[in-house]
Amino acid sequence: MFTSQVLFFGFGWLFFMRQLFKDYEVRQYVVQVVFSVTFAFSCTMFELIIFEILGALSSSSRYFHWKLNLYVILLVLIFVVPFYIGYFVVSNIRLLQRQRLLFACMVWFTFMYFFWKLGDPFPILSPKHGILSIEQLISRVGVIGVTLMALLSGFGAVNCPYTYMSYFLRNVTDGDILALERRLLQTMDMIVSKKKRIAMTRRQMYQRGEDQNKQTGFWGMIKSVTSTQSGSENLSLIQQEVDALEELSRQLFLETVDLQSTKERIEYSKTFQGKYFNFLGYFFSIYCVWKIFMVKFWSQHISFILVGIIIVTSIRGLLITLTKFFYAISSSKSSNVIVLVLAQIMGMYFVSSVLLMRMSMPLEYRSIVTEVLGELQFNFYHRWFDVIFLVSALSSILFLYLAHKQAPEKHMAL
Amino acid sequence: MASLDRVKVLVLGDSGVGKSSLVHLLCQNQVLGNPSWTVGCSVDVRIHDYKEGTPEEKTFYIELWDVGGSVGSASSLKSTRAVFYNSVNGIILVHDLTNKKSSQNLYRWSLEALNRDSSPTGVIVSNGDYDREQFAENPVPLLLIGTKFDQIPESKRSEVLTRTAFLSEDFLAEEINLVIEKRYFTRDPSPVRLSFYLLF
Repeated sequence: MFTSQVLFFGFGWLFFMRQLFKDYEVRQYVVQVVFSVTFAFSCTMFELIIFEILGALSSSSRYFHWKLNLYVILLVLIFVVPFYIGYFVVSNIRLLQRQRLLFACMVWFTFMYFFWKLGDPFPILSPKHGILSIEQLISRVGVIGVTLMALLSGFGAVNCPYTYMSYFLRNVTDGDILALERRLLQTMDMIVSKKKRIAMTRRQMYQRGEDQNKQTGFWGMIKSVTSTQSGSENLSLIQQEVDALEELSRQLFLETVDLQSTKERIEYSKTFQGKYFNFLGYFFSIYCVWKIFMVKFWSQHISFILVGIIIVTSIRGLLITLTKFFYAISSSKSSNVIVLVLAQIMGMYFVSSVLLMRMSMPLEYRSIVTEVLGELQFNFYHRWFDVIFLVSALSSILFLYLAHKQAPEKHMAL
Repeated sequence: MASLDRVKVLVLGDSGVGKSSLVHLLCQNQVLGNPSWTVGCSVDVRIHDYKEGTPEEKTFYIELWDVGGSVGSASSLKSTRAVFYNSVNGIILVHDLTNKKSSQNLYRWSLEALNRDSSPTGVIVSNGDYDREQFAENPVPLLLIGTKFDQIPESKRSEVLTRTAFLSEDFLAEEINLVIEKRYFTRDPSPVRLSFYLLF
C-alpha cells in the first residue's frame, strides 16, 4: 500500500520535472514536494476504489487507508496549498515583501472565509453534524470540484469528437499554407520598409534639428517649427499604418499555425494510431451523447469497466490539459503560483471524481464510499453535475459551431 | 531607401527573457514600458553607419526580427516560425541569467534556426543533441546576450559569469566581456543592464 504511494509520489515528481518545469529552474523545492504529494494521494484514492471492487486487502485495512488518505488530502487541499499560493503571490508583489508571512496568513483567512460561505446556498448538510467535521469540509470541496469536473467534461464531451473525427477536419492543402506564408512574409516586408522610412525620417529630422539650432533669428524659428510639424505628422501617419500592419501580421501568423496544425491532424488521422483514436472518438461521442440524454439503465459490469477507463483517461486528459495551460500562461515569475493552483485543481478534481464515481459503481461497492465519506447528500451532487454538464456541453457546442463556421469563410477570402 | 543594403538579424530565445525589450532598446533608445507576449514575429529597424568617418562609410538598415515562442512549442508553431529564418545574416541569442534552463535551450534555438538555413545541403540532426561540428562550418555570426544581470544577488555573480564563459566556449567563440551599465529612467525607474558577450 505504502509502496504504491511512494511510486505515485515518484511519478508526480518526475512529471513535474520533465513536463511542467521543463523550461524553468526549480528554486523552491517546496512547490515540487507539495505537487507530488497531492498527486500521490489523489492517485491512491483511485487505487483504493479499484481495490474495493476487486476485493484486495482486508476490509478493515481498506477502511483505515481510506480514512487516512482522506484526512491527508483534505489537510493538503484546504490548509497547505492555499497558504502556499498566498505566500508566493505575496512574494511576487514587491511592496509586501517585508512581512510575507503576515500577509500570507491574511490571504489564507480570506480564503477560509469564502470557502465557508460557499456552503450556505447549497442544501448539502443535515444539521446534526458539528462545525469542524469531515463532512463540512468534504461537502465544500466536493461542490467546487464537481462544478469544475462538470465544466471540463461538458467541454471534453463535445470537443473530443470534434477533434478526433475526420468528418470535421477541413481539407487543407500545401498550396493553402504556402499562400498564407507568402502573404505573411509580404506583410512583414511592408512593415520593415515602413519602419525604415520612419527611422530615416527621424534621423533626418534630428540632423536638420541640429542644423536648425545653429540658425538663429526669427526666420530660423519659423522654419524649424514648420518642418518638424510636417515631419512629425507624417511620422504619426506611418506609425498608424505600421500598427495596423503588425496586427495583420499577427492574425496571419495565427491562421498559418492553425492551418499547419490541421494539416498535421489530417496526416495523423491517416496513420494506424490515428485511425484507432478515430474509432475511439466515435465510441466516446456515442457514450457522451447517451450521457447527455441521461439514460437511466446501466448494466452494472459495463459500468465498472467504464469506470476504469474513465479514471485512466481523465487522469491523462487532466494532466495534458494542465500542461497546456501551464505553457500558455506561465512566466518565470508566476510559475510557482500556477503550479500550486494546478495542484489545488487536480486535488479537488480527484476528490470529486470519487464522489461522482459512486454513481457508476455497482451497488455492493457503494457502501464503503458512503461509509467513509459520511452522510453527504449524494443525489444533490449528481444532479448538480448533470446540470452543469448540460450547460457546459451546450455552450461548447455553440462555441465550436461558431468557430467552425467562421474559419472556412476566412479561408475563402484569401 | 532601396539603395541601402539589407541586413537581417534574428533575435531568438525563450519566452520572457527580454528579447522584445532588447530590440526596443536597440532601435528606439528607450526602455519598453509595457512588455507583453510576442505573437509571431515583431520587426524593428536600426540605422547603422558602418565604418563611420572613413571614406568607405556605408549606411545599413539592420532589421531585428524578434521571433516569439519557446523551444518546446507544438510542431505547427515551429514550422510556421521557420518561414522567418530565411536568408539570415546574423543571429542574436538571448538568455536569462537568472534562469539556467534558458541558457541550455539556446543550443536548441540555434539548431532550429541553422537547420532551416542549411537545408539545401540536407544535413539535419534528428535527435536535437548538441553537436559542435555544426557550428564549425557555420557562416552566420552569433551574438550571445545575457539579460537581467542586475537581478542576481552579488554573491552569485561570479558563478554566473563563469557559467556564461563556458557557454560562449561551447559556441566556438571568442569571449569579450563588455559590461555596459546605463540607466534609462522612464516612468518606472527600473534599470536595464545588459552584459554583452561578443562572439564571432
